[in-house]
Amino acid sequence: MLLSALPFILLIIAYLYYSQARLAENPGDKLLPAPATIAATVHRYAFEEDERTGDYLLWDDTVASLERLGIALGVSATLGLSLGLAIGILPYVRATLAPFVAALSLIPPLAILPILFIVVGLGELAKITLIIIGVTPIIVRDLALRTAELPGEQIIKAQTLGASTWQIVLRVVLPQLWPRLIDALRLSLGAAWLFLIAAEAIASTEGLGYRIFLVRRYLAMDVILPYVAWITLLAFGMDWLLRITRAKAFSWASPGA
Amino acid sequence: MTQVTIKHLWKTYGEQVVLENVNLHIGDHEFVTIVGASGCGKTTFLKMLLGIEGPSKGQFLIDGEPLPDEPGPDRGIVFQRYSLFPHLRVIDNLLLGLELRGAPLTGRLFGARRRRARARADELLEAVGLQAAADKYPRQLSGGMQQRLSIAQSVICEPKILLLDEPFGALDPGITADMHTLILKLWNMNKMTIFMVTHDLQESFQLGTRLLVFDKVRIDPQAPERFGATITYDIPLRGHRETPPAPTGTLPVADAPQPSAA
Repeated sequence: MLLSALPFILLIIAYLYYSQARLAENPGDKLLPAPATIAATVHRYAFEEDERTGDYLLWDDTVASLERLGIALGVSATLGLSLGLAIGILPYVRATLAPFVAALSLIPPLAILPILFIVVGLGELAKITLIIIGVTPIIVRDLALRTAELPGEQIIKAQTLGASTWQIVLRVVLPQLWPRLIDALRLSLGAAWLFLIAAEAIASTEGLGYRIFLVRRYLAMDVILPYVAWITLLAFGMDWLLRITRAKAFSWASPGA
Repeated sequence: MTQVTIKHLWKTYGEQVVLENVNLHIGDHEFVTIVGASGCGKTTFLKMLLGIEGPSKGQFLIDGEPLPDEPGPDRGIVFQRYSLFPHLRVIDNLLLGLELRGAPLTGRLFGARRRRARARADELLEAVGLQAAADKYPRQLSGGMQQRLSIAQSVICEPKILLLDEPFGALDPGITADMHTLILKLWNMNKMTIFMVTHDLQESFQLGTRLLVFDKVRIDPQAPERFGATITYDIPLRGHRETPPAPTGTLPVADAPQPSAA
């Protein structure tokens, strides 16, 4: 525990040292703002109404971003689970869709962002769709592999217990895919944030990514740095939540219990 | 009453002949043990009984009807491994067969029907000595306990035929003896026909009422795939048909988690 805190502490010390050194040379330096400046900015963004709009910027940005991320991940998980399961278990669906999904997953999502803007406009839909396009093929492929990995013995055993294909999906395959879905979501969180911030940076009026790219014009490191830290914390929190859910709800799948 | 009749059965994969000209009649309530060298079609034979492989030539009849081409509830199977469902507790693994047959749409039973099924499962759980482990997950069980559960899981569906594919091959010798007592007890309780593939000759003589040896009669050294195996010995044994079922209650099991008071 102490050992894992060490790199963080070293990073903070290094920051404080260089910040202080630069500010001593030029009090107007904006690159490495002093902790007091950062604290004041955070206070202004989080706890004071914006003079122009009357909003609490940090919370509004957070809600906007998390909403986009939540909807997109929800849709991706639903699509990923149903398609992955179908591809993994039904040979005809696999023959039809597996190569298509494999090809889709190789398209760099950012390259088709302009298409999304042209087709669905600059609204929420474009940003959410970008995340879905970026994340879903990976989840589909992962879950299809996990489904195919289930031992054939299990399926045959279920058949000898009188299971129909539908019952095999419902009682044997699906319950074993839930923890795998959580794993797949955890792994795609990083990509989801990447696409979210990219989309917000290009066309948005609120959101964490939007804010960072907005204040970049004023070299406002005192905003950017806490925002980056906040995003990191949010991402970590989501990962932690998924991990805990998996351990609690699917104890049969966690090692060593 | 279950009769298995096999007439002039051949199984080939392309050029490769696996089984040739197998003829067999198995009457009701037999315990058939199957031995033979590796690659002599024992497992293929079992797969055909299971319905995941079809005969290439000849007839394979159960009660005069051709085998269905997929596994069904009249033929249970216990594999050496992987035949339990890791996401279900022991009791739910056992209930699964009853639930699947009782509820085609949801695969789950509720209320009074569930209680009835639960009572049946509890009974069987006790018969295989696993009542203390009812709420555990399969991977928390020892290998012997897993196999006992897997056997019980098949038996609860009351199959006409139970197929055992080297079920005790991965177990310690000490545990195997308990498993033999158990399987004979269940066999006598349910009056089913058992086909058991094994590598253990002693086991095959000890358990069976009928011992089948699969072997190749002809071998062409230049083309080993040209000739398949067939039944070279069909030995009737005394078996344990007369053995009265052990009194219900706990079995003497060596690997139970805690000795249960019964």
